[in-house]
Amino acid sequence: MAKQTLLYATHVRLGGKLVDFAGWDMPLHYGSQVEEHHQVRRDAGMFDVSHMLCLDLEGAGAHDLLHKLIANNVDKLTVPGRALYSCMLNPQGGVIDDLIVYFFRTDFYRVVVNAGTADKDLAWIRQHAGSVAVKPRRDLAMIAVQGPNARAKAWAALPGSEAASAELKPFHAAWFGDALIARTGYTGEDGFELMIPAERAEATWNALLDAGVKPAGLGARDTLRLEAGMPLYGQDMDEQTSPLAAGLGWTVDLAAPRDFIGKSVLAGRRPEKQTLGLLLEDRGVLRAHQKVFAAQGEGEITSGTFSPTMNRSIALARLPAGVAVGDAVEVEIRDKRLKATVVKPPFVRNGKVLV
Amino acid sequence: MNIPADLKYAKSHEWARLADDGLVTIGITDHAQEALGDIVFLELPAVGRKVKAGEECAVVESVKAASDIYAPIAGEVVAANQAAADAPESVNQDAYAAWLFKLKPDNAADLDGLLDAAAYAKVAAEE
Repeated sequence: MAKQTLLYATHVRLGGKLVDFAGWDMPLHYGSQVEEHHQVRRDAGMFDVSHMLCLDLEGAGAHDLLHKLIANNVDKLTVPGRALYSCMLNPQGGVIDDLIVYFFRTDFYRVVVNAGTADKDLAWIRQHAGSVAVKPRRDLAMIAVQGPNARAKAWAALPGSEAASAELKPFHAAWFGDALIARTGYTGEDGFELMIPAERAEATWNALLDAGVKPAGLGARDTLRLEAGMPLYGQDMDEQTSPLAAGLGWTVDLAAPRDFIGKSVLAGRRPEKQTLGLLLEDRGVLRAHQKVFAAQGEGEITSGTFSPTMNRSIALARLPAGVAVGDAVEVEIRDKRLKATVVKPPFVRNGKVLV
Repeated sequence: MNIPADLKYAKSHEWARLADDGLVTIGITDHAQEALGDIVFLELPAVGRKVKAGEECAVVESVKAASDIYAPIAGEVVAANQAAADAPESVNQDAYAAWLFKLKPDNAADLDGLLDAAAYAKVAAEE
């Protein structure tokens, strides 16, 4: 029996096509995945992301715990509400999960982790937590409101929220009563992620609907994040993948003297693989696990799809070192080899095609 | 669910229509297009190709997945619908108008072995 978010009945009422995702009954789309994609790129859409888990870390050791557990450096967080994207690594330098950590005080952080990894993340964090209280917040719903008009429509829907969040810069969050408004997301568009107490989840969703924010499902979420060049855990990286090979080197802080789990494996090692984007030059659709043939050797697509914004197929691929942006490669699709060009992700940000 | 009574169906969600000229037109059902979601690419068989019943001979790709299309009966491909390939979304709009290819059947009586609308409705309902 799959788990249901606080907004499950709302998805059913709206005609969502529900599928199992990481053990949760989640809407894949509410009619057309492509229309929902365009709605987010051009106006404003919202996603129920309550399947992801908020974890509050509270106690004097919270800062030191995150110092040890994540590859990015929480010392970068000095302003309350500041957010940081990071991988959490195993001792072999593989990715246990990717997450966002919000800083409030050095004894209080909120971490948002993926649904499919939530149980193992919780166990791993607790194993290292010592006296730090690790509190799963299943009492919160999370709604991502995304798109060029997302903030304005959220302000219209939620009286008082504009005053609380008008000054927020990207990757910052602010309290709005007992809700948290974060200017973060997974689409490459502006917008908010709202963390709301359970009892107000449905009313908040309905107020956003009334303000013209249209519901969007996991299908559009996947095409949007892939256009934005953002990796998906379990597909683009996992416990066997180094964040350096997954294109996440920019999130790994090897410079600071602090030690963190996985650091000794990553330090001083040049990855044999790299992650870059592909644009399909022929007609067809790139998919995960298709083989890529480059002059330097073979690679593999980790995420591929049809890009609704670009009206052609795009992918993230793990390629041999030495393959460079602009190179021509071939991708094996069924019994054919099709031409593709190597590009630097992101493909699309803020409504604009970048490659 | 839209399942026209005058067509024949395969369990793998193709429809087939025999015309007066003896040719059989093949497409995917409304149920199939609905399950696939937004269709963005069609790979159609080459004209002149001979196919066996149940042979993979086309691919329909939606944003979400690629789906193989099987020849419901044996025959020779005599036409492929380039207009549908140029506008794959037409299959979502009307799966019975946006046909994929036409076969000259080895034996038109093979169509009798396919499902009628009522039998296909049961297959689709069980998924």
